[in-house]
Amino acid sequence: MFVQGGALGALAVVAALAAVSGRRFLLAVVYPVTALAAIALGVVDLAIWLGGGGFAAVLPIGLPTIGLHLRLDQLSAFFGVVINGGVLAASLYGMGLDRAKELTPRVEPLFPLFAAAMNLVLIADDAYAFLFSWELMSLTSWAMVVAHHTNAENRRAGHLYLVMAAIGTTALLFAFGGLAGPAGGYAFDTIRTQAPTPLIAALVLATALVGCGSKGGLIPLHAWLPLAHPAAPSHVSALMSGVMTKVAIYGFVRIAFDLLGPPAWWWSLPPIVLGAITAVLGLLYAVFDRDLKRVLAYSTVENVGVIFVALGLALAFRANGQPAAAAVAMAAALLHILNHSWFKSLLFLGAGAVLHVTGRRDLEGMGGLIHRMPRTAVFFLVGALSISALPPLNGFVSEWLLFQSVIAAPALPQSALNFAAPAIGAMLALAAALAAACFVRVYGVAFLGRPRSVEAARAHEVPLVQQIAMGGLALLCILGGLLGALLTGALAPVLKGLVGSELPNAGTGPTPFSLIAFDASRSNYDAVVIALFVAIASVAALLVVHRLSARRTRRGPAWDCGFPDPSPAIQYSASSFSQPLRRVYGAVVFSARETVVMPPPGDLQPARFSVALIDYIWTTLYIAPWRALLRLSERLNALQFLTIRRYLVLMFAALVILLSIAAVTI
Amino acid sequence: MSADLAKQFLAQGVQMFLVLLIAPLAVGVVRRVKARLMRRQGAPLLQGYRDLAKLLRKESVLAENASWLFRAAPCLIFALTWVAAALVPSFASGLMFNWAADVVALVALLGAARALLALAGMDVGTGFGGIGSSREMMIATLAEPAMMLIVLTLAIAAGTTRLAGVADFFIAEPLAVRVSLALSLVALIIVALAENARIPVDNPVTHLELTMVHEAMILEYSGRHLALVEAASYLKLVLYLSLLICLFAPFGMAPATAGIGGWIVGLLAWTAKLLTGAALLGVWEVSIAKMRVFRLPDFLGIAFIFGFLAILLAFLTRGAVQ
Amino acid sequence: MIRGYELSHLLAGVMLVTSFALLYQERIASVINTFAAQSVTLALAVAWAAFSQDRSELFITALIALCLKGIVIPVALHRTVVRLGIHREVEKVVGVGIALMVGLALTGLAQALLLKVTQGTASHAREELALALAIILLGFLMMILRRNAVTQVVGFMSMENGLILAATGARGMPLVVEVSVAFSVLIALFVFAVFVFRIRERFDTIDIEALDRMRGDAR
Repeated sequence: MFVQGGALGALAVVAALAAVSGRRFLLAVVYPVTALAAIALGVVDLAIWLGGGGFAAVLPIGLPTIGLHLRLDQLSAFFGVVINGGVLAASLYGMGLDRAKELTPRVEPLFPLFAAAMNLVLIADDAYAFLFSWELMSLTSWAMVVAHHTNAENRRAGHLYLVMAAIGTTALLFAFGGLAGPAGGYAFDTIRTQAPTPLIAALVLATALVGCGSKGGLIPLHAWLPLAHPAAPSHVSALMSGVMTKVAIYGFVRIAFDLLGPPAWWWSLPPIVLGAITAVLGLLYAVFDRDLKRVLAYSTVENVGVIFVALGLALAFRANGQPAAAAVAMAAALLHILNHSWFKSLLFLGAGAVLHVTGRRDLEGMGGLIHRMPRTAVFFLVGALSISALPPLNGFVSEWLLFQSVIAAPALPQSALNFAAPAIGAMLALAAALAAACFVRVYGVAFLGRPRSVEAARAHEVPLVQQIAMGGLALLCILGGLLGALLTGALAPVLKGLVGSELPNAGTGPTPFSLIAFDASRSNYDAVVIALFVAIASVAALLVVHRLSARRTRRGPAWDCGFPDPSPAIQYSASSFSQPLRRVYGAVVFSARETVVMPPPGDLQPARFSVALIDYIWTTLYIAPWRALLRLSERLNALQFLTIRRYLVLMFAALVILLSIAAVTI
Repeated sequence: MSADLAKQFLAQGVQMFLVLLIAPLAVGVVRRVKARLMRRQGAPLLQGYRDLAKLLRKESVLAENASWLFRAAPCLIFALTWVAAALVPSFASGLMFNWAADVVALVALLGAARALLALAGMDVGTGFGGIGSSREMMIATLAEPAMMLIVLTLAIAAGTTRLAGVADFFIAEPLAVRVSLALSLVALIIVALAENARIPVDNPVTHLELTMVHEAMILEYSGRHLALVEAASYLKLVLYLSLLICLFAPFGMAPATAGIGGWIVGLLAWTAKLLTGAALLGVWEVSIAKMRVFRLPDFLGIAFIFGFLAILLAFLTRGAVQ
Repeated sequence: MIRGYELSHLLAGVMLVTSFALLYQERIASVINTFAAQSVTLALAVAWAAFSQDRSELFITALIALCLKGIVIPVALHRTVVRLGIHREVEKVVGVGIALMVGLALTGLAQALLLKVTQGTASHAREELALALAIILLGFLMMILRRNAVTQVVGFMSMENGLILAATGARGMPLVVEVSVAFSVLIALFVFAVFVFRIRERFDTIDIEALDRMRGDAR
């Protein structure tokens, strides 16, 4: 607890110092201090997650009669590890920023505050503390989004973010209101003792889904995320995408699994359905986008969807009294949270590196970076393969667990869930395949091939400390993949707290690295054995090939079926890579239309090709209500020009209506 | 116990080299059948081995800007496919490391090989490499949901996603006509055609620009690198044929407890079924035309629909039994 | 008995698959052929029911299905189609993919409903009924999603196939034969009507949507 206090205090102090003085040196000092604080906080969290313990305290600050309840239990500690790992990587990356050019008083003072706010959300133990730190988190991140406010697009992103954050917090406010009940017990301990009525529980669940879903980017509340996350400086994007979305999920887990009491089976439907739609749509957005950072942000949306599906399944299994299956689904969710925080931070830092050296976010201007930035290319490749859920990396471990829990879903008694199971399974498989397509596209266009712009041709490697930040995360992705079974085993205490069971036969497999979902005879996945196997097979193949083959290698121009063209413009671009997917999926989901304008024969003008996509969610759920609101406010504008007598009539009418409602209801 | 382990280990080793050994022959059978049906003489059955030997002897020409990824990919693709093929029970279900990956993991291993191949196709920065990669990934997005549905049906029927477990279940179960299984069989055949770049999804023998998918990705490879990629594609064919055999026609396969005698029976049965499957593939390929790329969603959609119907019918049967 | 149950289940399943095939077909000729296949399967299913349940009167139904809907009507429709010159493509309201997805959802709905409603009855009948209801719904869907009169008639007849399957599956349903005869007469009337009103149908299909397809391969 003292470590927590000390570390959070240090973050606040360094933030204040940096803000007040604004000197370059103090701005630069922010990152080492944040890194140290993250290490301290992370170690404490890790100890509590694995070893139990934790602390609870009531501080006499905050609201007069309530005070400030703080508590760190194993669930919070697990999320604390996720968050502080991401903060550490982002701070390391920040240490490599160019002191003269890249530090600004608009970002650096807020960075430690943002980190502290996310930690505060985790240890908040009453609604007031929770909402306060939640808002602090939103505002600090918002301020960093609009740090480069001269760009109109960033301003627009910041505006939308602010609106959506306000809607989300309002929803959470109602959720806690419902949880607290008429007595108004806002401390989480008091809330746990009350059992809300089914109606209240449904309302709380819906508002929590809106509040946490909007922060996490659940479709249809995602619109701000792909605008705001890329607008911030890259290491902040890494934090927002890799870590802040996890805080949002923490909020949902805390409310749905801890505060709200025993679930009803239908609670699981909204997260499952929305999550599955989010997973597929998020990637469809991603695969058609050309902006590297926005692609990553959309992929965050997808991963949040996947996590919500897992959470929904866990709710369903738990409601039906199948704790073992609930543990599998929950383990999938928690593991995916951890994994996603690693590979998404890695990918955003990699995108930051690319942005830094080429000055470009548009994929169409990149290419060939694997030759100019060899280490970053390796790290980014690890991240890209992990996020595509390919074995033996870490993304696949959680994906595998999730598929196992989907396979168990047909055994549920409710026919709605039964029939949903194959649809969910198919949608998740589609999302996984789309993720592979999306990241093959990103990597193939950005890092492989030939440079498409002068900047890409002149790229160079980033500073060592930034390489360390990315390399560490890449290592975690590999280790998390190989040791997934051990990691899942380590989740046991958190799982017990949330769903009342751990994985049933964990650790009984043939090797300690065998991941067993239900039963060794039912399904098993052993990353270490497979990796060993693949390693042996490739070494054997190499040896044999080298013994038998000519071993001669010659370099020559690319063959390309006899039509090599030295111009890099002839390469497949990001847009052309997504063309088959656009035809197949885009035509259905976004009404994608391709228009080709050919000049008449003999005319020397170039032919033009354009693609139009319609984002129906944006047009129907955002633009239309906004227009309606405008129209309504124009209408209501008349209210400002009434006579005093009319105003009195209005007030009197309101009073009478309220009184009559009171007369009827009381 | 240790004798048992030794036997399983031996089975695993035999399997590992068996698939490697038989893969070019299976491809040879497909080509031969196709050629004979077109009233051509056709290459000898052993042409696959000769092709590989020839490619290994030739020098490898790399494009000037090919990166390390381009050189490393063939070896990894080969290793991933080989390991996946070694994990599908063929002649005996008691393989040493069969437990290391269930169907889900197996599909993902192949997915990893595919992603690497698609990346390698993008590496040199040519038009054809890109066209192949992008189409390959599009086809994968159509095939994987169907595959997931097939896995789900099998899991509902057999209660396991371990291949050996499913095979043991179907060996023990009296052969029964089940609509849901028949539907998943059709679905799996379609998925297998797509994954192996066979007609009507892709044509493995053509280098016609507009129709290439798989061949376009490996266009820049030559020499030993091409040999490894080709060997991986042979292995993949054997893998999917073995998968079909293991799931839908496992009779003859030696159960985990069988002795050497059972192995020999299993070996003969598997080889016969594999080569029959290859011959059937040859017949299929001459009797149907290659589809336009953008007709593929319809074709793979059949797999999806059949997979989904299979699950619904499996629910129905289960509901009736309960 | 297990075998008998499995065979009828198999035949009903095949009928369901042909229903999906009807939705999937791009050409009117193959729609008619698929329908013929479905009717033949129905005839087999009914014959099997007659044999296994010892209800010899059902053989009449099977015979009607085989002769009329398996042979006569398809041949007649083929002729009509050729004479009207509309044997090329099926004119659809929505794409094949969406139609199939809706079909899947309807099948799921049929099963969820029947498994719930018929809880406790003999398992055999439940399955048959669920499949039959799905076939009926798919036939209905086909009537809605297709513009051309011929394909609509096929949809209607496929619905009727589903009805007869349901009638034979549910044991103890009276008047199965009579019902099937009555339906057959009705269908004959329909087909006749198509003959008579063929000219109007031809003009109906020349609408603007037909021009949409001329834009090349943007599908």
